[in-house]
Formats: sequence, structure tokens, C-alpha cells
Amino acid sequence: MHTSGNSDAALLVKVRALSKSFGANQVLKGVDLDVRAGEVVSVIGASGSGKTTLLRCINVLETYDDGSIKVDGVEVGYRETNGDRRPRGERELARIRADIGMVFQLFNLFPHLTARENVMLGLRKVRGLRHAEARTVAEQWLVRVGLGDKLDSLPFEMSGGQQQRVGIARAVAMNPKVLLLDEITSALDPELVGEVLMVVHELAREGMTMILVTHEMTFARDVSSRVVFMDGGRVAVEGPPSEVFGAQPHERLRSFLARIELKGV
Amino acid sequence: MTLPPELNVMVKSLPFLWQGLLVTLQVSATVVVVALVLGVTLGVGLTYGPRWIAWPIRLFSDIIRGLPLLVLIFFVYYALPATGWSINNFWAALSALALFETAHVSEVARGAIQSIHPGQNEAGKAIGLTFVQRMLYVVLPQALRRFLPPWINTVVDTVKGSALVSLVGIVDLMLAIQQVIGRTFQPMPMYVLGAIMYFLINYTLSLASRRLEARFAYIRE
Repeated sequence: MHTSGNSDAALLVKVRALSKSFGANQVLKGVDLDVRAGEVVSVIGASGSGKTTLLRCINVLETYDDGSIKVDGVEVGYRETNGDRRPRGERELARIRADIGMVFQLFNLFPHLTARENVMLGLRKVRGLRHAEARTVAEQWLVRVGLGDKLDSLPFEMSGGQQQRVGIARAVAMNPKVLLLDEITSALDPELVGEVLMVVHELAREGMTMILVTHEMTFARDVSSRVVFMDGGRVAVEGPPSEVFGAQPHERLRSFLARIELKGV
Repeated sequence: MTLPPELNVMVKSLPFLWQGLLVTLQVSATVVVVALVLGVTLGVGLTYGPRWIAWPIRLFSDIIRGLPLLVLIFFVYYALPATGWSINNFWAALSALALFETAHVSEVARGAIQSIHPGQNEAGKAIGLTFVQRMLYVVLPQALRRFLPPWINTVVDTVKGSALVSLVGIVDLMLAIQQVIGRTFQPMPMYVLGAIMYFLINYTLSLASRRLEARFAYIRE
């Protein structure tokens, strides 16, 4: 079950005064975020509010200019020695990213590899598992996301929902400390959204720490221990779903939710 | 049975041409391997390298591709020794041809690599693959399908371009043909024979290329 507001659980992700600019456009303007072990945090907000950028900074797919992101106590983007801050090299980043799972909006499966090989690649090359071990772990996860009959399928042979479930299996098989989900149902046909969200629900129940950017408000309300509303590169509202989606004094959040409601999402 | 003189000269010259053909194949194969390894490396550098890596490669590639191969061969053979860098005609011609093909392969590789969706690299990063691992297991295997057809073209160009090494005195297939002509005064049958031999090599390559393309056609995005 959710460890909502449980301040005893270990602080897994700690974001402080995070800022990030693309050229002259400042996308993040001092974001603070704490995520504890077992929490599921949904980040919502209009496009351009910086939610995807925030997510991508956490596993350093984007570099950040100022502020700090610590995952399990380690500053992800920079090596700090006596106040001196240098961008991490390729190898250190690889080690850090191995413990941070990510699922992408457009799945980004490796199209030349089967479902099983997609999941096995990281296990083999990053975790150093033997072929047989990696194969077993990969198959276990694929069975768990309901793809036991698709082990040898190539991505183009699968539906979007199936591909995205392979994407989730590929990420969780690495046994990450935290899982980042970036609008993972946005590219799916409506009838395929459910099967993917069910897998995420399942992971939440098992205590997987997750940060998800989503436009599925019903899902965010159901699965999250906490919801973060971002607006203009800042965290505008933060709290348990009942509060954020309940009677809402925050003007921008109210109009955002109204817009989403109108679109029937 | 007596052959007509045209056929007779063709048959009689075959053992001699065989030696030349071997030199042509040897030069071509060496250049193809060197250009493949260097060209792909430079192509990766062009695509992913920071400016101080990508810029010199771009300069190298643009200059070399802007020169006629013959000029490059003469430059390496005649101009380099003037700077005190003396190499014999074989290595001069081989180096020039290798430089030329490397520049072309680097562009082919760059194009193939750039055609891969950036999300592929990000997915590789997200599971903790290092740069080299992402290249080996994610990007290059996918780029291969787009790389093969234009790359085979560069291989064919190498075989054809290798005929120019005869101009610095290397007895390849081309020069062997000319030497036979010099002794027999029968240019027509000899050039026909030479053309057939070059064509057979390159046609075989084209066929191989088609088979390879079919083999990697299963990769779809």
C-alpha cells in the first residue's frame, strides 16, 4: 500500500532549487521535490510547464544548470569535490542511470531486438548477468506484464500497448531505485491505455517508487500518493490527490483541470 | 583447333593478368577494410563528437571528397616525399586510396547513424549503457541497414578507383592489361577482357549487396 506522507521512509529523490534553460527559455525556475521510497508521485500541468524536463533531468537525459538532484543521496548530474562541481563523465552517468528506470512516451524499444532481447540487453551488458540468467529474468518480467506469448516478437509486430509494456518490463527488470514514467499512455490508442495503466497500478501496489508525468487525471488520482501541479517552471500545488483534485483554491490548477475535463480526458 | 588471334591473345595473357587481378583485389580489399574501420569511427565522431572532434573530421572529409582521386594519389606520391616523408609507390597509392574512401565512408556512416531516432540513444542511456555499448548494441546494428547499400557503392568505387594506382607504376589489373597491349598491339580484345573482369567483380558485389539488404530488411521502426 502507499506510504503516503510517511516521513520515516528513506528519501530517495531529493530535488532542490532546480533550474534549467533551453537557450533564453527558462523551463525550470527553482523546483523542489521530495520522493520517499514507495511513493508514487504524479506530476501534472499544462504542456510547457516543465514537467517532462524535470523528469528528464532526474536521469540526466537533460543536464541542469543550477540546483541539485540527489537520487539515493548521490548528485546525479555532477561530481562534487570540495565545492567544485563538474559534469559527470559517460561512465559515471551510465552507472547512475542504471539505477533509475525510465519509460518513454514513444516506447523507444530497440526495433532490431525481440521483446525478450529488449529486456535482456541491460541485464547482460549493464548488470553483467549470464545469458541464461538474463533470459530467465526477462521472461519473468514479460510474463508479469502479460506478454508471455510475445517473447520472440519484434516491436513492429506488437500493438502500442504491448510495446509499452515491454518498455516497462525493460525498465523494471533492471531493478531500479526509482522509475520515471514520461506520459507513457499519450501515444496509445484509447482502448490500449488500460492495459498499460494496469501494469503501473500493479507496480505501485508492490511498492515501486515512481514519478510519473501524466495527462490521465483519473489514473493520477487513483495511483498516486502525491500529486504535484507544475506551472511556469515551478511547483505550484503539491499534496495528496484528494486535496489537489478536491476543492481547489489555486486558480491556475482549477483552470487546468477544467480544460482537461472539457477535453473529456 | 586454332583460335582467332583476338581470342588467342586473351587466353595467352590470362596467367599474366591473373597476377594483376590479384594486386587489384589485394589493394581494394585492404582499402575497403581500412576505410570501413576508420570511416565508421569518423562517422560516429561526426555525429556525436564535441565540436573539437567533429570539426576537424568535417574539414578532412570535405577536402578529401573535393579532390579527384588521381590528384590525391599524385599528391601523396610526389608531394609528400618533397616534405621528407618518403614512401614507396605501393604504400603511397594505397594510402591515397584509403584516405579517399575513408572520407566517403565517413559520410555514409554519418548519414546512417543520424537516421536513427534520438530516442534510441536515450533508451540506451536509460538502462545504463555506456556510449560504446550504445553504439555497439543499439545504434550501429540499426544503422547497418541504411549503411549497407551506399557502402557497397563505395566498395565498387574502390575497385574501380584502384585502376588509378597503375599510374604510379603498380602492376595491377589495369597496368597488366596495358603491358600486354604494349607487347601484342591488340588493344581491343585486351580492354574488353579487362572490362569483363572489372564488371564481374563489381556485379558480384552488387548481388551480395542485394542479398545483405534483404537479410537486414526485418529491422523496421
